Amino acid sequence: MMTNPTGRVTQGQFSFLPDLTDAEIVLQVEYGLSKGYAWSVEYTDDAHPRNTYWEMYGMPMFDLKDAAGVMTELAACRATFPEHYIRLMAFDSTRGIESVAMSFIVNRPSKEPGFGLVRMEGRNREIRYTVHSYATDRPENERGGQ
Amino acid sequence: MAASTDTANQGLITDKKKRYSAGVLKYRQMGYWDADYVPKDTDTICLFRITPQDGVDPIEAAAAVAGESSTATWTVVWTDRLTACDSYRAKAFKVEAVPNNPGQYFAWVAYDIVLFEEGSISNMTASLIGNVFSFKPLKAARLEDIRIPVAYVKTFKGPPTGLIVERERLDKFGRPLLGATTKPKLGLSARNYGRVIYEGLKGGLDFMKDDENINSQPFMHWRDRFLYVMDGVNKAAAATGEVKGSYLNVTGATMEDVYERAEFAKELGSVVIMLDLVLGWAAIQSMSNWCRKNDMILHMHRAGHGTYTRQKNHGVSFRVMTKWLRLAGVDHLHAGTAVGKLEGDPMTVQGYYNCCRDSYTRQDLSRGLFFDQDWVDMRKVMPVASGGIHAGQMHQLLDLFGDDVVLQFGGGTIGHPAGIQAGAVANRVALECMVKARNEGKDIKNEGPQILRDAARTCTPLKQALDTWGDISFNYASTDTSDYAVTPAMSN
Repeated sequence: MMTNPTGRVTQGQFSFLPDLTDAEIVLQVEYGLSKGYAWSVEYTDDAHPRNTYWEMYGMPMFDLKDAAGVMTELAACRATFPEHYIRLMAFDSTRGIESVAMSFIVNRPSKEPGFGLVRMEGRNREIRYTVHSYATDRPENERGGQ
Repeated sequence: MAASTDTANQGLITDKKKRYSAGVLKYRQMGYWDADYVPKDTDTICLFRITPQDGVDPIEAAAAVAGESSTATWTVVWTDRLTACDSYRAKAFKVEAVPNNPGQYFAWVAYDIVLFEEGSISNMTASLIGNVFSFKPLKAARLEDIRIPVAYVKTFKGPPTGLIVERERLDKFGRPLLGATTKPKLGLSARNYGRVIYEGLKGGLDFMKDDENINSQPFMHWRDRFLYVMDGVNKAAAATGEVKGSYLNVTGATMEDVYERAEFAKELGSVVIMLDLVLGWAAIQSMSNWCRKNDMILHMHRAGHGTYTRQKNHGVSFRVMTKWLRLAGVDHLHAGTAVGKLEGDPMTVQGYYNCCRDSYTRQDLSRGLFFDQDWVDMRKVMPVASGGIHAGQMHQLLDLFGDDVVLQFGGGTIGHPAGIQAGAVANRVALECMVKARNEGKDIKNEGPQILRDAARTCTPLKQALDTWGDISFNYASTDTSDYAVTPAMSN
């Protein structure tokens, strides 16, 4: 349990709201599809704020027109990684944007380990900060799904 | 209504001997007025709103503006003849009465690209808003809008980060960013100040912010502030798993001070620094280069702009300032709220937002945009809405400004009856529920208040915020609105 008001990692568009139901997720996916975005499913056991590259559960679904396809991928990812963070990301290929347009978490570990702050004290009161993922305290092949 | 056209004794003097004999001529006789002039693609075009003194012909006044903002002086000088002087003269080419504002005229003036140093807003402004605004034959003058040619745009590097890359660095997509300005503006010790930063960020805000007049006063020296603020920022990042930031205002008395403060902010790992507009163009462009070199987001607070942007008849429109600041290279720009405590007609404010975020800004007279402006892939500025806004206006703000904006609720966070974290939660929940509803296809403009009340049923902090501020609005007439009239002449 993390100590912020939500008790959990607050990344993504909707972390402060009650978990979206699958029906609500479908509405968000359809909104993205209507804008021409390509959806992608990604997962990780380390939600460090600067862990940019979560694992891709397959490629972005560029030619998909129906939200059901995204939901099928999401269901498969959840079945494989029930104790991981899973997020849906939408990519916008419009010139001048060419980046992520939407991103929200749709699966979380039952206990979110959170992060510690490591302070390295230097000269003149200067401090170097490191945000440390408790999730990474164990070797990679021994984590996740626990 | 078109102003009067040439009369026989006021036309262009083509005879060179007559034109350059010593004495005083009318500006229109000297070549600063050309009704047939067709602006080149490489010309800068300015639209001035001028109020000539009583009895001054509007065309002569427009020619005088062209003259005084380019090559002219009050009398004929023979040394003009040593130059290709005709090409250096700005040319007023159209004058129209401002609808419903007797005595005021719109004057279009074109400037050759040779007139402005490459990549220098200082130089461009020294011409365009230099002497001419003090010119006696005019009661008042305002630079309403500007078309900057692609060739000149490409001499600037623009925003060091831009809103797309900013989102990637912060890992925040598909929603407006949330911020708050630390209050009270003055008097907090650095230790107490850092407390506000930590509470706001841990509660759910993305950014906290120094105010424009926080530099390094006796109650809080800048190094102390930076050290405590960064402890709050990093502690909140660990507590939430999100990238957090606080705009460290590096404004100081000298550029040496500014650089020293920026370097320290970088050493401490801040993702963003802040400058006040009052520092001036050269300082802004220098710091933009510094930010580009140091992976830093540059937040621009438009301190002082109201002294020259607010009155319709005199000064510089904020849409012109926005264009110059995008070229000069800032990442964030306070561009108005429309619904908050500070000046801003909603359509006019949307026009500023367009200038920040468009790839190509289209003429839109109802939003005060007189020209098409091609930004040729220049990075985009993230507009900031700040000043007297609160969670109860979330539907209006999202409807007016969309996702690419920083919404800053200072009082609306820190003044929350249950504390700063609760204030932050209220704002973040209001934001997320409204984005979700909009994406679901709900009519947030009309259903917004109900959407907020529904979300408040499971969020006490939001309920408290709505109970405290739900009815607060600042409904005063705007002083700066678009005096547009969609006439054929103005839409070409």
